[in-house]
Amino acid sequence: MTVESSALYDVPGPKALARHRLYGILALVVIAAVVGWVIWMLFHTNQFTYAKWTAFQYKGVQELLLRGLGNTLKAFGWTVLFALPFGALFAAGRLSDHRPVRWVSTLVVEFFRAMPLLVMIFFIFVALKVEPLWALVAGLTLYNGSVLAEVFRAGVLAVPKGQKEAAFALGLRKTQVMTYVLVPQAVRSMLPTIVSQLVVALKDTSLGFLITYEEFLHAGKLIATNLDYDLPFIPVVMVITPIYIGMCLLLSWLAKWLERRGRRSPREGATPVADAGPVLDAQG
Amino acid sequence: MNVLTSNWSTYWHGFLGTLWLTLASAALALVLGVLIAGFRVSPVKPLRAFGTGWVTVLRNTPLTLLFFIVVLGLPRFHITLPFFTFAVLALGCYTSAFVCEALRSGVNTVPTGQGEAARSLGMTFGQTLSLVVLPQAYRAVVAPLGSVMIALAKNTAIAGSFSVVELLGTYRTINELGYNIVWTFVWIAVGYLIITLAISALFNVLERRVAVSR
Repeated sequence: MTVESSALYDVPGPKALARHRLYGILALVVIAAVVGWVIWMLFHTNQFTYAKWTAFQYKGVQELLLRGLGNTLKAFGWTVLFALPFGALFAAGRLSDHRPVRWVSTLVVEFFRAMPLLVMIFFIFVALKVEPLWALVAGLTLYNGSVLAEVFRAGVLAVPKGQKEAAFALGLRKTQVMTYVLVPQAVRSMLPTIVSQLVVALKDTSLGFLITYEEFLHAGKLIATNLDYDLPFIPVVMVITPIYIGMCLLLSWLAKWLERRGRRSPREGATPVADAGPVLDAQG
Repeated sequence: MNVLTSNWSTYWHGFLGTLWLTLASAALALVLGVLIAGFRVSPVKPLRAFGTGWVTVLRNTPLTLLFFIVVLGLPRFHITLPFFTFAVLALGCYTSAFVCEALRSGVNTVPTGQGEAARSLGMTFGQTLSLVVLPQAYRAVVAPLGSVMIALAKNTAIAGSFSVVELLGTYRTINELGYNIVWTFVWIAVGYLIITLAISALFNVLERRVAVSR
């Protein structure tokens, strides 16, 4: 019995346990049947023939895939590099004391968050005639940067008010309050959310496929539509899907790990022993 | 303005395409999401594992890749459906993972004591669920569900590149006719804004109706 479902169910007795076991077996049978059908379908449509998989033996094909993967990571890297400062800039703008700055930043952030990412990418690619890589990076930066701006802003606002007041009382200037007091504390609590947003950015690099940027999916499509290799579409999917999911999962796990690490931070009422926190609360 | 008025029917078709795609996918995502959320909170282990697997895989798959697999892959299994249905399948399954997570975290916000109190009053499982747990969970679910639906509406743009008639795809037709490309996109953007703002207004109303001061 997990903790999360306890609002719904009692601790099961012997009868309930037997019933759950029966349901479990039935569910397993159904799941096994579906998996079996898929595997049967794969064999039935001859996806495991030598001809369909032979393509992956060629050095050129392997290099094509690796180059695609590299291009995906390149777009992702540039996006991270641009989106983080973009987010920081506009978060600062939204928190500014000057009303026009605040308005402009709010407008920019809200607009780019409301627009479908693909519309922006197509606009930059088609109307502004930018190269695919930079159209993709620009679109991803505008969208993810705007989302990050909101994350940063929420993080800074979530720092307890006393921190800011104390800093002002010590005579720090507003820039100093921000950089020395608020941001360092906010970053700790925001880190998991930032990394989760980076997962979204990594996933969205695959939109480059639609504007003919030669990324991972594009490489897969090139191989899959090659008649010489007997149109190995399913084998290609079976190769690239785990890699995509694996990359995103790694980042997701990083976010989860950061979150778990952050949870035993001094924020949880352990403020007086802030420095010793991680040691004392190691079990948290 | 000229771009909009001369291409009104193209835009209108695209707009309707996006709208139907959003509605159909939302329906599928809600049904699947409720089902998977039920699996994830059920006491039956294989179902829980299946739900967790479904959510983990779909949340970490790029939607473009999912479209790629569904639209180009299912025909290899001799499953041929209209492109619109394929798009609904891809969008619905993808979004169902996010719906499931919103629902699950909503159910988890209900304190354990509520369920225990309901059971000690002699309520059956169905009564506990429908009279005690779900009404309370609903409040915590509305806002996140709204963001999921807005994201879905924005994601429908991808379908245009997989042969489905929708709003973003209209730029090709209009561009070929030689209209100003910037204005073409401005009106496409307006179309998406109408849909996303309508969804956000709808969920704001829902949220206000279920809001209680605690």
